[in-house]
Amino acid sequence: MSKTFLIDVTRCTACRGCQVACKEWQGFAANKTTQIGWGSHQNPPDLNPKNFKIVRFQEHKIGDTVTWNFMSDQCRHCLQPPCKDMADGYMQGAVVFDEATGAVVYTDKAKQLPKEAFDEMKSACPYDIPRRDDATGIINKCDMCYERVAAGLIPMCAKACPTSAITFGDREKMLEEAKKRLAVVKKDYPEAQLIDAEEVRVIYLITDKPEFYHKNLVAQGPAGISRMAALAKMTAPLKRSVRNLLG
Amino acid sequence: MTNHWIDIKNTDCALIMGSNAAEHHPICFKWVMKAREERGATIIHVDPKFSRTSARSDFHVPLRSGTDIAFLGGMIKYIIDKEKYFKEYVTEYTNASFIVGDKFGFKDGLFSGFDKKLSTYDKKAWAFAVDANGVPKRDKTLKNPKCVFQLLKKHYSRYDLKNVSAITGVSEKNLLKVYETYAATGQKDKAGTVMYALGWTQHTVGVQNIRTSAIVQLLLGNIGVAGGGINALRGEPNVQGSTDHCILYHILPGYHSVPRAHWPTLADYQKANTPISNDPLSANWWQNRPKYVVSLLKSWFGEAATPENDFGYSWVPKGDTPKGLVQGDYSHLHIFDRMYKGKIKGGSIWAHNPAQSIPNTTKVRKAMDNLDWLYISEIHQNETTDFWHRPGVNPKDIKTEVFLFPACHRVEKEGSISNSGRWVLWHYKAAEPAGESKSMGETMVEIMNAVRKLYREEGGVFPEPIVNLNWPSHFDADQIAKECNGFFLKDTTIKDKTYKAGSLVPSFANLADDGSTSSRNWLYTGSYTEEAGNKMKNRDLSQTDLQAKIGLFPGYSWCWPVNRRVLYNRASVDLNGKPWDPTRVVIEWDGSKWIGDVPDGGWPPMATGKGKYPFIMQKEGHGALYGPGREEGPFSEHYEPIETPVKKHPFSKQLSNPCAKIIESDMDKRATPGDSKYPIVLTTYSLTEHWCGGGETRNVPSLLEAEPQLYVEMSEELAKEKGIKNGDGVIVESARGRVEAVAMVTMRMTPFKIQGKTVHEIGMPFAFGWTTPGVGDATNRLCVSAGDPNTSIPEYKACCVNLKKADKLTELS
Ligand code: SF4
Ligand code: SF4
Ligand code: SF4
Repeated sequence: MSKTFLIDVTRCTACRGCQVACKEWQGFAANKTTQIGWGSHQNPPDLNPKNFKIVRFQEHKIGDTVTWNFMSDQCRHCLQPPCKDMADGYMQGAVVFDEATGAVVYTDKAKQLPKEAFDEMKSACPYDIPRRDDATGIINKCDMCYERVAAGLIPMCAKACPTSAITFGDREKMLEEAKKRLAVVKKDYPEAQLIDAEEVRVIYLITDKPEFYHKNLVAQGPAGISRMAALAKMTAPLKRSVRNLLG
Repeated sequence: MTNHWIDIKNTDCALIMGSNAAEHHPICFKWVMKAREERGATIIHVDPKFSRTSARSDFHVPLRSGTDIAFLGGMIKYIIDKEKYFKEYVTEYTNASFIVGDKFGFKDGLFSGFDKKLSTYDKKAWAFAVDANGVPKRDKTLKNPKCVFQLLKKHYSRYDLKNVSAITGVSEKNLLKVYETYAATGQKDKAGTVMYALGWTQHTVGVQNIRTSAIVQLLLGNIGVAGGGINALRGEPNVQGSTDHCILYHILPGYHSVPRAHWPTLADYQKANTPISNDPLSANWWQNRPKYVVSLLKSWFGEAATPENDFGYSWVPKGDTPKGLVQGDYSHLHIFDRMYKGKIKGGSIWAHNPAQSIPNTTKVRKAMDNLDWLYISEIHQNETTDFWHRPGVNPKDIKTEVFLFPACHRVEKEGSISNSGRWVLWHYKAAEPAGESKSMGETMVEIMNAVRKLYREEGGVFPEPIVNLNWPSHFDADQIAKECNGFFLKDTTIKDKTYKAGSLVPSFANLADDGSTSSRNWLYTGSYTEEAGNKMKNRDLSQTDLQAKIGLFPGYSWCWPVNRRVLYNRASVDLNGKPWDPTRVVIEWDGSKWIGDVPDGGWPPMATGKGKYPFIMQKEGHGALYGPGREEGPFSEHYEPIETPVKKHPFSKQLSNPCAKIIESDMDKRATPGDSKYPIVLTTYSLTEHWCGGGETRNVPSLLEAEPQLYVEMSEELAKEKGIKNGDGVIVESARGRVEAVAMVTMRMTPFKIQGKTVHEIGMPFAFGWTTPGVGDATNRLCVSAGDPNTSIPEYKACCVNLKKADKLTELS
């Protein structure tokens, strides 16, 4: 049965347990980060080949009321992933679906993709997720910890989350849970919504305007559209096509 | 904690104040959120900075650091004026009805009994009036002008909205919002919890901050109930354990005073420390202290401890008789001051980084240069282990010989840890110690055995305390745990069961003062028994329906005392033993026995006439609205921090705590009140990603990646005034030091309106030190060496500074 995450921002304390646990599980070395010229708790500043997960921080003040929005960002594991469409146009097997979970996984072969392929994948991704290590040519992103899931465990970030802001499970159940939580949260936050629930396996439940979290919280249209992607889009659900064209 | 972590989910309102709970106790927020989601609880965060805790609270109220008593004093006034207090609880279970003696007085910020020369009080001036039997007089109508309730009302009458707002910087609207919301928990079927941490303790009025919250909680009937309590969120997993087992100088294990010069014999000690109550209804639990103290001595000195030699009491070091602010105080502030003044020659430091985490750190580092020798046990090199080659000194100029013992990490050893909720959990070794590292217990046992050998072979001035110690040949955590629990030292029969000499004592009720039992900590007696083995290893999740309703898991770990999960739980029921709130039962009298949690004593309910008052650790058995035991008064009073941006405050002419422990030396310079050179308030804090001084976590790459450098959080208004942009290098200066940090300009910091003028506050973490290159160096170089008179905890949370944009950075890269 395919899997899905629910990331409920009303429960997120930005502890960054998910960010650090992901990194530790994947065995990545640390980036050299700094505050100089940056001055933010969001560090590393962006996703990169050694961070599949980062927590984004944005602060806003309306009247006297401060809000501080946190978003634990990662690959959404699109049901119809544009990045895969792009990669497939160059080489089959660089980006694959993991049958058991529905995870979109970049394999070792992805390293063989040319830089242009990566550029197309990145710009096709509605959430600006894929990253490339220019030194090694490695193209990577979150793999849903599919090996853990195959072993009956939950992804490391969900496991580390102390407040159940990240939960993970069978898609049907998670969709149901997402709707239930939305109904509850709406009582306090009438603007609450689920983001792109029908199209992705990582569903965000948010309470403020999406851009108050991150510009790519909601799917954004690609800058350049390749033949494969255009083809893919024709078969994609109408809703997304329209938005992509508008974007 | 009077309650425990899971219990937070039972609350209707959490007042998080003096704590950044979500950042420093991330797991606890699971329970806070549960209360909010499942009970509709309101979460209030009162704190100078809008933090990750504020982000998940219903509302955040910024207040100027060091004004918590004013804020809560206003709440006390509100509760009394609006009659929001829980009348039956207040009358029956608190000392509201007690009549205070004639000597009590309060004038212009000072209580009666003040000795100006010594800066201390004669606390006898605050005693209760007693009847012919020596029992405190009471007036249950609460009308007597000398009863605690009336004195309380009068004392806090000065804390009106206008005064409180002017000094805290909190708008009257926000004050009322918090007061109204929180005071609503004074209903019988409502519970409010107070969650605090170092944001309250690290002030020269630290203890009184907490006292004030105790007054609020007692007025509202929130102590002893599920979802209530005063909950100290302890730091590292085992801070509770380290307090229980007395890692601090002022107590012996199990919360007994440290022996002092004016108690030369055991009889003197016991007499001075064993309260006597003449009220037959008061359990006065500390009347049992002699049993616990003798059992402790027996545990330390074994067979050498006999009734004839006072069980070895004379071998226990005696502190000087406390006098004034210095004599008899062996806290860190004083240790490093004495070291700086050349009075300490050598010593040992365990798992502690004072050259990073003690205020006025530049002086601390310099003080260490005066040592002849030092040995340190640590897992990483840090600012303390490496003080002799810190920036700006030539190692050749430092005479100190330093021995560094590599310690293993906590996952490389087994033992007990006690969490904030007083649960004692056994934790297991996950890996073998790396390299030649050893557990600190092992290192300590080996060193002491070498010392003992020397004393045995060569003698010494006073060998008895060392050669007579009941000391193991090697360290064994399991054996120590048994010693903490305690043994019968001769065959003993309890009811129909006989315990052979050498078997474990089942409960502290069985400890004796005749030398027939041992226990290294009476609170832990019952944690390891013949019947049930090591209860710290218990992981049983079963519970009764009643227990399930409030999340009690009596079979999971073991909790001191006697597995009681909610302290003072006899205050959660009425005089007939019926719970105030039948939906949230902690204990209940079923007609013949208590069900639910382990009650605070098994006596039947008060109404039977055979009961005991619920606050069994108090001599008089009542919750202390009026607390005659503290150093600076039986009520709390607003005093400014030692370094303050104001010259006066609305409540009295006494600007700062008259009993504050202030360290004086040529390096302990301070800004004057309202000093224009240092107009900005600095508060310091920890952060989720680093633990305390950062000695461990700076060595974890993924954590350093997430929080790489020392920053200073400041408001947009202050940044604009100073011409500073986000990400700029900044120099922060106090009268004592200069620190480089990166500006984090944020709308989460708010300028305060204090007595009509704008006062800025900035905040800095203290986790960054020079041994990790380029991250910055000790923030504590800015902080002031002044401490609370009861605890000597330094005032890390408020001092005065100035800041400017840096032309160049040397500490950060
Ligand atoms: S672990 Fe959970 S609470 Fe912590 S930052 Fe990630 S999502 Fe938020
Ligand atoms: S989010 Fe982006 S990277 Fe992830 S599957 Fe979708 S398109 Fe690919
Ligand atoms: S699912 Fe695994 S790889 Fe993806 S963000 Fe979570 S921990 Fe990282």
